Amino acid sequence: MSADKSFALLLAATAATFLIGETGAAGGGALAGLLILMFAKGRLVVLDFMGLRAVRGYWRLLLPGWLLLVALLIAIAFRAAQSN
Amino acid sequence: MRTTLSELAPLPAPPASVAAGPTHPPGDLAVWFFILAELLVFAVFFAAYAFARAHDVALFNAMQEQLDRPGGALNTVLLITASWCVARAVQAVCEQNHAALGARWLAGGIACGGGFLIVKCIEYADKFAAGINLSTNTFWMFYLSLTFFHFMHVILGMVILAVLWAQTRRGIYTPGHANGLESGAAYWHMVDLVWIVLFPLVYVMR
Repeated sequence: MSADKSFALLLAATAATFLIGETGAAGGGALAGLLILMFAKGRLVVLDFMGLRAVRGYWRLLLPGWLLLVALLIAIAFRAAQSN
Repeated sequence: MRTTLSELAPLPAPPASVAAGPTHPPGDLAVWFFILAELLVFAVFFAAYAFARAHDVALFNAMQEQLDRPGGALNTVLLITASWCVARAVQAVCEQNHAALGARWLAGGIACGGGFLIVKCIEYADKFAAGINLSTNTFWMFYLSLTFFHFMHVILGMVILAVLWAQTRRGIYTPGHANGLESGAAYWHMVDLVWIVLFPLVYVMR
């Protein structure tokens, strides 16, 4: 995907994130949506801005892996908050 | 004796490893290890915020209401735009061999980074004017330390972009010889990547 297309998608995903915040949505559904948007945005930056889409091997997986790790930790913590 | 083209043996196909793309990221490998180290530090910060929130959800939700969410969203747009400008600068130099165009894209990236710093300073000024500081409560301690740590990274990123802009204008980088440009660009994208996590986590998730 070109940097221009990724830029347009990143702007759209940012608008979606902001609108979810404006509605005051909370709970598992909103959290899942926000984490998916966060991962999708980060992945676009990693692959198309950082130039890792064409790179083979583990370097292409490391940064999306970081995003997944962070998303997982956030999900666990917010799940723990809901059960408290 | 003359040799015709038809008598020449066909060139061997490139190795599969070359045809499939490089195995290392663009720029200096050391910068990528530095980026990974930075991202791990931020991951610890994010996890610490999220798990601290689990102990006092009511406080975090109430304090989050006092944040300037439109300002945070504007800053997201500014950083994403800056990253896009930097990516286009690398393309202009490495794919089009057009240093002047690359320098203009970098100037756009610097302008957007400057816009981010201005919006963030306005936000900090509002909070300090309201008497908020690091010791107000756990939420503000995390908010101020997390965002200021990122703020410092944006400043460093802008210094790097300014150096890259000056060097690109002088035509130092060319296709195949743009290691410094690609390395600096990767650092800037890392700053953007961190904010992409920070904004929804601190400003939106509840």
